[in-house]
Amino acid sequence: MASNYNAKEEDGHQPAAIGHGGAGTVKNKKPDNTAFKQQRLPAWQPILTAGTVLPAFFVIGLIFIPIGIGLFVTSNNIKELEVTLTNYSVWLAIFHPCYNCSQSYSWNSTKPCTCSVPFSLDQPFESNVFMYYGLSNFYQNHRRYVKSRDDSQLNGDKASLKSPSKECEPYRTSDEKPIAPCGAIANSLFNDTLELYYIDPNGSRTAIPLVKKGIAWWTDKHVKFRNPGGNDNLTVVFQGTSKPVNWRKSVYELDPSDPDNNGFINEDFIVWMRTAALPTFRKLYRIIHKKPNMTPTLPLGRYILEVTYNYPVRSFEGRKRMILSTISWMGGKNPFLGIAYITVGSVCFFLGIVLLIIHHKYGNRNHSADIRS
Amino acid sequence: MGSLLSRLGLECGGKAVKEEERHLRANDRELNLSYKYSDNAIKTSKYNIFTFLPLNLFEQFQRLANAYFLFLLCLQSIPEVSSLPWYTTVVPLVLVLSMTMAKDGSDDMNRHRCDKQVNNRQVEVLVEGELQSEKWMDVQVGDIVKLENNQFVTADLLLLSSSEPLNLVYIETAELDGETNLKVKQALTVTGKLEDSVEKLANFNGEVHCEPPNNRLDKFTGTLTLKGETYSLDNERILLRGCTLRNTQWCFGLVVFGGPDTKLMQNCGRTTFKRTSIDRLMNVLVLSIFGFLMIMCLFLAIGNGIWEYQEGSKFAAFLPKGVNAPFSAFLTFWSYVIILNTVVPISLYVSVEIIRLGNSFYINWDRKMYYPKNDTPAEARTTTLNEELGQIKYIFSDKTGTLTQNVMTFNKCSINGKAYGELLDFSGQRVEINEKTEKVDFSWNNLADPKFCFHDNSLVEVVRDGNPEVQAFFRLLALCHTVMPEEKKEGELYYQAQSPDEGALVTAARNFGFVFRSRTPESITVVEMGELVTYELLAVLDFNNVRKRMSVIVRSPEGKLTLYCKGADTIIFERLNPSCSNLTEVTTLHLNEFAGEGLRTLALAYKDIDPEYMEDWKLRHHVANTAMDEREEKLDALYEEIEKGLLLLGSTAVEDKLQDGVPQTIEQLSKADIKIWVLTGDKQETAENIGYSCNMLREEMNEVFIVSANTAEEVRKELQTARRKMTPDGTEEPTVKKSRSGLFCLQKTETVADEPVNGEYAMVINGHSLAFALEKDMEIELLRTACMCQTVICCRVTPLQKAQVVELVKKYKQAVTLAIGDGANDVSMIKAAHIGVGISGQEGMQAVLSSDYSFAQFRYLQRLLLVHGRWSYLRMCKFLRYFFYKNFTFTFVHFWYGFFCGFSAQTVFDEWFITLFNLVYTALPVLSLSLFDQDVNDWWSFQYPQLYTPGQLNQYFSKRAFVYTVLHSGYSSLVLFFIPWAAMYDTVRDDGKEIVDYQSFALLAQTCLLIAVSIQLGLDTHYWTAMNQFFLWGSLSVYFAVIFTMYSNGMFLTLTSSFPFIGTARNSLNQPNVWLTMLLTTVLCVLPVVAYRFLRILLWPTINDKVRYKVRQDKVLPATPRRVQARRTSTRRSGYAFSHAQGYGDLVTSGKFLRRTPKSRPALFSQTDSPLAQTQPQFYRTISEREEPPLSP
Repeated sequence: MASNYNAKEEDGHQPAAIGHGGAGTVKNKKPDNTAFKQQRLPAWQPILTAGTVLPAFFVIGLIFIPIGIGLFVTSNNIKELEVTLTNYSVWLAIFHPCYNCSQSYSWNSTKPCTCSVPFSLDQPFESNVFMYYGLSNFYQNHRRYVKSRDDSQLNGDKASLKSPSKECEPYRTSDEKPIAPCGAIANSLFNDTLELYYIDPNGSRTAIPLVKKGIAWWTDKHVKFRNPGGNDNLTVVFQGTSKPVNWRKSVYELDPSDPDNNGFINEDFIVWMRTAALPTFRKLYRIIHKKPNMTPTLPLGRYILEVTYNYPVRSFEGRKRMILSTISWMGGKNPFLGIAYITVGSVCFFLGIVLLIIHHKYGNRNHSADIRS
Repeated sequence: MGSLLSRLGLECGGKAVKEEERHLRANDRELNLSYKYSDNAIKTSKYNIFTFLPLNLFEQFQRLANAYFLFLLCLQSIPEVSSLPWYTTVVPLVLVLSMTMAKDGSDDMNRHRCDKQVNNRQVEVLVEGELQSEKWMDVQVGDIVKLENNQFVTADLLLLSSSEPLNLVYIETAELDGETNLKVKQALTVTGKLEDSVEKLANFNGEVHCEPPNNRLDKFTGTLTLKGETYSLDNERILLRGCTLRNTQWCFGLVVFGGPDTKLMQNCGRTTFKRTSIDRLMNVLVLSIFGFLMIMCLFLAIGNGIWEYQEGSKFAAFLPKGVNAPFSAFLTFWSYVIILNTVVPISLYVSVEIIRLGNSFYINWDRKMYYPKNDTPAEARTTTLNEELGQIKYIFSDKTGTLTQNVMTFNKCSINGKAYGELLDFSGQRVEINEKTEKVDFSWNNLADPKFCFHDNSLVEVVRDGNPEVQAFFRLLALCHTVMPEEKKEGELYYQAQSPDEGALVTAARNFGFVFRSRTPESITVVEMGELVTYELLAVLDFNNVRKRMSVIVRSPEGKLTLYCKGADTIIFERLNPSCSNLTEVTTLHLNEFAGEGLRTLALAYKDIDPEYMEDWKLRHHVANTAMDEREEKLDALYEEIEKGLLLLGSTAVEDKLQDGVPQTIEQLSKADIKIWVLTGDKQETAENIGYSCNMLREEMNEVFIVSANTAEEVRKELQTARRKMTPDGTEEPTVKKSRSGLFCLQKTETVADEPVNGEYAMVINGHSLAFALEKDMEIELLRTACMCQTVICCRVTPLQKAQVVELVKKYKQAVTLAIGDGANDVSMIKAAHIGVGISGQEGMQAVLSSDYSFAQFRYLQRLLLVHGRWSYLRMCKFLRYFFYKNFTFTFVHFWYGFFCGFSAQTVFDEWFITLFNLVYTALPVLSLSLFDQDVNDWWSFQYPQLYTPGQLNQYFSKRAFVYTVLHSGYSSLVLFFIPWAAMYDTVRDDGKEIVDYQSFALLAQTCLLIAVSIQLGLDTHYWTAMNQFFLWGSLSVYFAVIFTMYSNGMFLTLTSSFPFIGTARNSLNQPNVWLTMLLTTVLCVLPVVAYRFLRILLWPTINDKVRYKVRQDKVLPATPRRVQARRTSTRRSGYAFSHAQGYGDLVTSGKFLRRTPKSRPALFSQTDSPLAQTQPQFYRTISEREEPPLSP
């Protein structure tokens, strides 16, 4: 056992004035006796012991596995159907109804190309069904792309409307008029039109009502995007601006029928402007609301998707899809989380057992082995 | 050399006039001014109001890190490259620059204030025949100034005249070299005649030619030409700036060097900037990180090139500003340099400085390192070396004043065969003496020194009973010495002793009733048991190293002639009368016992002399004393003749008082595997003696080698013999590991491997042998042998050799060294060692001034190292490991994202998050970790000094640990990117809307990252104070508060373009799968770490783990058993306990000091009103005076 010089008198037990000829009032240089300065702050000193680590592993295992199972089941219950509109895989693409459109179509085409894609549902879709369009290999997260927008302009700032931010270059002006909305993101707005028809067993087509409102974030629709000068006569407001070069119609013609969905606050536009994090993404296109009666939203059977093919993706080897999906409390279909939780939970449990065995075998090492002194 | 000096002068003084020779004439300002010598104003400040900003900025940008960030800032201003907005760099950079600027500014303010104060001091200057008071800064070279007692010397002066006889002045050089003893300077006789006559001085027109300004304190060469005659000038005539005039009423001096040219200022050359090994490692790491960064950027840039070529070109319709692939890759490279710069964040350097500063404050604040007796707290004078305190492998210690108090106490004695000084209880058991033991009451003696302590009452009883032997014993002590008395007030005696031993002995005699009262050259007056007795002093047979004894011959009032002699026992015993043999035996036993306790012993003897013989002897003595040649030899023969047939009185035992707790401290430190070398100027016997009493040398050691040879070959032989004895089967050739280290591996290092030794050995080497051993061809031999020994004691070492020894170990051991000392002679080694520690509050300040840490007592060293050093090291390493982990994880996530965004240098996180991550979200938790963390508390650190060893082995932070950290963060970043990626892939919110948009993903990834690194911090924290909790949880809450604020409508509407993340927090954080993803990433990041650490503790517990486990087991601290030092007897005992300088018996008898002159005060040391009475000199020097033949008795 080590010996220790035990200088009691220096441990704060000494009266303040020492050897100062009675100058007790003179402040000496003795440091303050505070827990902080003396590094004696009370503290919790946890250490990794078998008593804490092993139960933690088992508890995590026991919590994670049920969560994982729950997630997995939920994800599996979500019904999802994907319809390919443009497949880059050349061999199959030829047989695709939209092959011609996708081959011939470019930004400069003036005549719309349409194609209809048939598909069938094996099982009915109950509750609300969400219709997405998906793009692959589309780098909405490219730095130069992400930057190329002017939030002030989109927020209805009139000064920015007339002179958009430099970030929008080269989609800032066209014909010496400012572009509204400026920038590459807006310029590449997805402009296909998708229509869905149910084919009755008797062969007749029933158009399925697609709701185009309520597809954007509330904050985007109401805060982030605003038309300049409110919602009154957009034609006047946007006078003196030019439409983005790739657009066929101006921003104030996006949805002339509904002033609440026109201009910058057009929801299709807003959804597009929320750039995706990954090069493969899906964006909400329309919502098919549940019918009031007990019939499924989309009964099983054959359907036809009518596509007005405006959006070229072939050039960048992109893939265009239409997705119909129901949702759950955890969002869309994604089995990963469930599997991951089950795996991690099991690994934890297993690790706990392994550690327990090791602990039983070698655990007394720490206890018995005395410290070399 | 000359050019070097002048360059130094240039640095110090600021003026660059290369001077060959200095020429000046007294009282001729015009001529002197024509040479444009600098005046006496000094300037140590660096800036003024106008130059502060540009100069300081310039200096700051010379630092690599700052320059790097400036470079980044420039990169960011290029729109094509800028991947992050400007504020991500500017905010931290401005913060860092302004913090440093504030510190520099306040430092410089202080310097300005000091300069102003010094420059405005007043001094009397002779101007146009009159004495005028002027400011120091207005004094010019060639002026004559008048100094008065206790004034500082204004500039480097040529001493002209003084109030003291023989034109002497006494100066204290504490500020210059730290020695508090007075030194004597003497003016030339020819200038001394000027005295204090203003008229004569005003007409004095001597011309001085001398060396140009330089920094050698001990040398001056020049000539004074006066009336056609030339006198040579040396250092004896020069008063240097920085000294203080003492015991001299006034003196006049001619200014030779002023202000920046003075030797004091020339010596102010900046002390070499010490860096810690962590610092050096960090530099290497930072450089390799830069390399790594470049590789990553290059990789991503190539990726970008390929992407642009394969995909980007086809995607061009969507992307603005399509450029060709190689150029895009080039731009991307720089963009990634900006994004990935977080691997070496600027906050690393700031945090490191803050941590060091904090740990330095802990040292300053530590009450257990505060010495109440002279009100000295410990002080960390350098704030940049703390963690190195946890890595010390070698300690080099001075002896006097460091291990010992340099206070001698009369502890024991043996008189006429009876030992005194022990306390025995009723059963005859020895009682341990401590502060509480009752002291002997000396109140019967009104001349007693109240500070004197003695515990054995029997001795007082005997002396008061009038026992003749005991009285003779104390009479001898009162008579046989060269102490100077000083009586300021009636009855208040002060002794000025040449060596503290003598002072202790005379004080002992004083308290036992034999008070040495005063002396003249011919007599000594003693108050013997209250009775005034004056002895006629016939001769002083002085001490020297060969004789190892001193004697006095006195005639008592009754006319009895007696020779009193004290000296080393061996010497005295040779000269005893054969009748004393019985007594000698008993006394030898006592001496052995005393020596066993580490006391310094002297034997005392006397002899009555026949008056006739004395007459004859005195005549011959006179002849010998005035002999022109071989005077020494003749005197020695005479002394030898008379010091014969002595009668033994007894022996004294004086304790060279160790500082408190020294043996315990040394024991603790050696348990911590720190090797302690004592380097002392003392002689071998004393050093050995102290070695034993501080437990460094032990009787049970296998062998103590003593190397004291006179030729190089012998030294080599002795070293080799010692080495072979220690490792009989060791290799002849040293194992030298050559390696390269440092930046770019430019430094070649050679490391001599440690060799295994069986048993404990020690080595004592004297200065003479050390000189040979330190030669190029033998140093490795010395090092090998010395490093095998547990203890190494080098005695009679010069200051230069001290530094050489330190350098030797530094060079070949690559170990961290610490030097501790208190005096000016330790400065060299304090500066040479990695860490220099000064003992403050003892002898001058020089050691403290050049030290990195200072405190009052040697024993605080164990607290400094085992507690503060260990903690600092631990904290710094934890900090670095964690910090690198955190930032690498942060950066790697960007790297992975590169693969998904076309290598376009798009950031994963919000730009604000990037800006604030290091500065706000993680700054305080990691600081609190590195300021508060302790593995075990100080008490346990002392219990297990072995806890110190990981630091010596660099175990907590090394290149290896760094690689592990990088791998760990690689894993974490994979988890932190790919788990959110997979969890979010193609999924939507619970209302079908978007969630995989860039902003939501950024939010998710950054939140996952922050939580994961916070939890990792929690795992690293061993000591959870309220502060840690507060900062950790606080930072997390601040994060959430900040994101909700920044992503709020208000912020967006105010600054639309800066806060585009509107609503992201609200829309994402209400999604269950977002939270589930966070939980999953956190668990995945933490689990492997916990499992690994648990396994490691289970299977390969380190000493820390064991101790922490033990702490957990016994919550209640057991009381420390107080160690009782084992008693031992020893045949080895100290030599004669005088200082090794020649005594000054000559002076005592010559009466030079005691001569009264009409002009000066009656006696040298009787300046009763001096406020400095307490700091009066303890020593004074022999003054060589050839003009007057010494008076012979």
